[in-house]
Amino acid sequence: MGRTKSVFRGVLLGSVSALFLVHAAATPASGESVLRASMHADVRTLDPHWTTQTIAGIHGMLVYDTLFGVDDELVPKPQMVGDYKISDDRKTYTFTLREGLKFHDGTPVTTNDVIASLKRWGAKDQAARAMMGYVSALEKVDERTFRMVLTEPYGLVLDTLGKTGTMVPIIMREKDAKTEGNAQVTEAIGSGPFRMLKEQWVPGSKTVYVKNADYVPRKEAPSGFSGAKVPRVDRIELLWIADAQTRMQALIAGEIDFLEQPSVDFVPILEQTPNVKVIRTGSVDSHWGTIRINHLHPPFDKPEARQALYHLVKQEDFLQTIVGNPQYYRVCYSFITCGTAYADETGKEQVGDYNPKKALEKLKAAGYKNEPISVLAATDHHTITPASQVLLASMRAAGINVDAVSIDWGSVVARRAKREKPEAGGWNIFVTTSSGVSSLNPALNTWLGAGCEKANVGWPCDEELDRLRAQFAFAGSVEERKQIARKIQERAVHVVPYIIFGQWTQPLAYRSDKIDGIVPVTGTTVFWNIAKKG
Amino acid sequence: MGAYIVRRLLATFPVMAVVAVFVFLLLRLAPGDPAALIAGDDATSADIDAIRAKLGLDLPIWEQFVLWIADILRGDLGVSIFSNLPVTVLIGQRLEPTLMLMLATLFVAVTLAIPLGVLAAWKARTAIDRIVMVFSVLGFAVPVFLAGYVLIYVFSIQLRWLPVQGYRPLAQGLWPCLQGLILPAIALGTTYMALIARITRASMLEVLAQDYIRTANAKGLATRRVLLLHALKNASVPIVTVIGIGIALLISGVVITETVFNIPGLGRLTVDAVLKRDYPIVQGLILVFAGVKVLINLMIDLSYVFLDPRIRY
Repeated sequence: MGRTKSVFRGVLLGSVSALFLVHAAATPASGESVLRASMHADVRTLDPHWTTQTIAGIHGMLVYDTLFGVDDELVPKPQMVGDYKISDDRKTYTFTLREGLKFHDGTPVTTNDVIASLKRWGAKDQAARAMMGYVSALEKVDERTFRMVLTEPYGLVLDTLGKTGTMVPIIMREKDAKTEGNAQVTEAIGSGPFRMLKEQWVPGSKTVYVKNADYVPRKEAPSGFSGAKVPRVDRIELLWIADAQTRMQALIAGEIDFLEQPSVDFVPILEQTPNVKVIRTGSVDSHWGTIRINHLHPPFDKPEARQALYHLVKQEDFLQTIVGNPQYYRVCYSFITCGTAYADETGKEQVGDYNPKKALEKLKAAGYKNEPISVLAATDHHTITPASQVLLASMRAAGINVDAVSIDWGSVVARRAKREKPEAGGWNIFVTTSSGVSSLNPALNTWLGAGCEKANVGWPCDEELDRLRAQFAFAGSVEERKQIARKIQERAVHVVPYIIFGQWTQPLAYRSDKIDGIVPVTGTTVFWNIAKKG
Repeated sequence: MGAYIVRRLLATFPVMAVVAVFVFLLLRLAPGDPAALIAGDDATSADIDAIRAKLGLDLPIWEQFVLWIADILRGDLGVSIFSNLPVTVLIGQRLEPTLMLMLATLFVAVTLAIPLGVLAAWKARTAIDRIVMVFSVLGFAVPVFLAGYVLIYVFSIQLRWLPVQGYRPLAQGLWPCLQGLILPAIALGTTYMALIARITRASMLEVLAQDYIRTANAKGLATRRVLLLHALKNASVPIVTVIGIGIALLISGVVITETVFNIPGLGRLTVDAVLKRDYPIVQGLILVFAGVKVLINLMIDLSYVFLDPRIRY
């Protein structure tokens, strides 16, 4: 009886808090400026380093601050850092924090917090791990100055510290940062421009932030993730509205101010709606689509068989199906995001040669004997599902024996980690998408990794490709990096770690009669500098 | 009667035990892995294994089950894998919107369906009867999401009378709360209204053919009195049964309505948890739903005593 009472007590407690604490307090104070934004997902965790979900990164950028942030041109600029020095041998970086940085609990941000945060992040994020592999020491000099000592002149330190998208190197309190990497930080106390109201958090529905009045923005003009991050609204409500049509109608009716990812089907309607504006997000396309191949099992254990798959992909077909409007997509044959410094389309004659008949011929020449090709086709994703269907149609048109495994995305994620043969629960191919900022260079783009067992799922195995990626990170100049990026492209076209089916930008929509000051950035969404009108 | 209630309540435990075993096995045997979802695209197999170990998902299934049952017996439904909040708190947060939607829907359905059913039975095989029945068929046939979109377009976008989406708690006032419930209650209530109206009509037709109704009419009783006092009361057992089943369905089955109108209720919580493989939430919710359904069934059975004095337990 007592046990049952305990369950009831829990439910009752939740209900009562929902009724009288959360909801009563959830009403914005009169005169407060409130920004209501419908997001692509709900804030599910308080810890931006616990998962790679983009929404965790968005939450992180609201609550926390970063040492560096990239500008519109994707150049890393100091953010929490005031000054920094790089030694002549490029092995020692000395950073000094800006004055006046404070956490939301009033305590000052110190190098102890920074070092603990970098260590935690460095153990979790792939790009961070690559950098930390060359870090021999993270030393405190004083309360505001610390030193990073490298064993080798790794050239992407600032780019890595200015990383955006997911697993952003945010700085949390030392006591939070000492939480083991796979356990969640249970507080959201950062030093960023907004403070989270944890007691008003309803996971799966609403997350509330209020202005951090103590935040000291930089003096420079805002540019991407750098410059002044000024909180210009009193309160932000991030809403999770599951239905795409309802999200659109809510924006049209003025119930929300900001729609992060309108469905591309509804963009033409929104573009014609008075007081609604649809804009591109940042200078870099937000997404790129990929066909991942399992390199472990026949026939795709041979590069010739993987290369045959190039002839199944007509990027326009994929992009028309999932985006539709050419204003928001582009055909791209580079393994690095097109439109950025290291993009290179060498080999596009081969990669872009759509010819299903040739695909089958080449597959047979590579030893394909009409065995079923297991394709994990997600059934519940707004872009991956239609893209999977385009690929399946193309494979069937070529005469390939396809075993389409139709499962939800959660199941795809679980199954793609299995190394077993397809007939034993493994897989050959799956379709997915990545963030444009995740492949700004070959070192950041972990899907280019070809380290066999250490590589991402699909487990590409090519010494030369991995050697070139490592070489890229040590290049001394942009020109040198570009040359290496070209060699990586050439090698990747041969190895085929994956196949690209184009890139696109997810537009955002907002009420132009209600808000202004949006800072368009790529790969995530930021809310500083947005103000309510009137 | 008291002994009957005790017997029924005791019978709840084996039912809940079967539900617990079933839901636990179903989740563990279904494809999907929360650790892989948490780890994300760049994760290595070692990363995923480490997260799985942290969540205790690397333990043998029987051991996971024993640990979960031990928690349940202590009155602890567990903690969400993602939000790290207790499942009871998450259920508590979502209870009010679902209960309010359920009450509003039942109000719409019952207040309209019973008079319509009685009317159709009274005017059986006339134009009025046919209109009511066509309306009932339509109510069944039109999907809830379609009705929802149409209602939103007309009343929220064109007329601007009611909000498109969202739920305002009772603490913010009755009218703001009701404003957000009117459209979802109509969209969802139409289906239940159709069901209840048809059952009412069928049940009333059966009763209206009884001798005592003919006698009542022959005595010169007013039609309203015959219909409502003599016929409806005796026809009410199947009607109450259907309403009761409706309540049970509404508690867990309002996913589409909650999605279309963005009401943060238990239905959405369930779907989101299933998609994320948040095992503790799904397990906790299914147990709560099962318990509620068992209790509602008991209450329906007990209500028969008051509706029909011939029924004894």
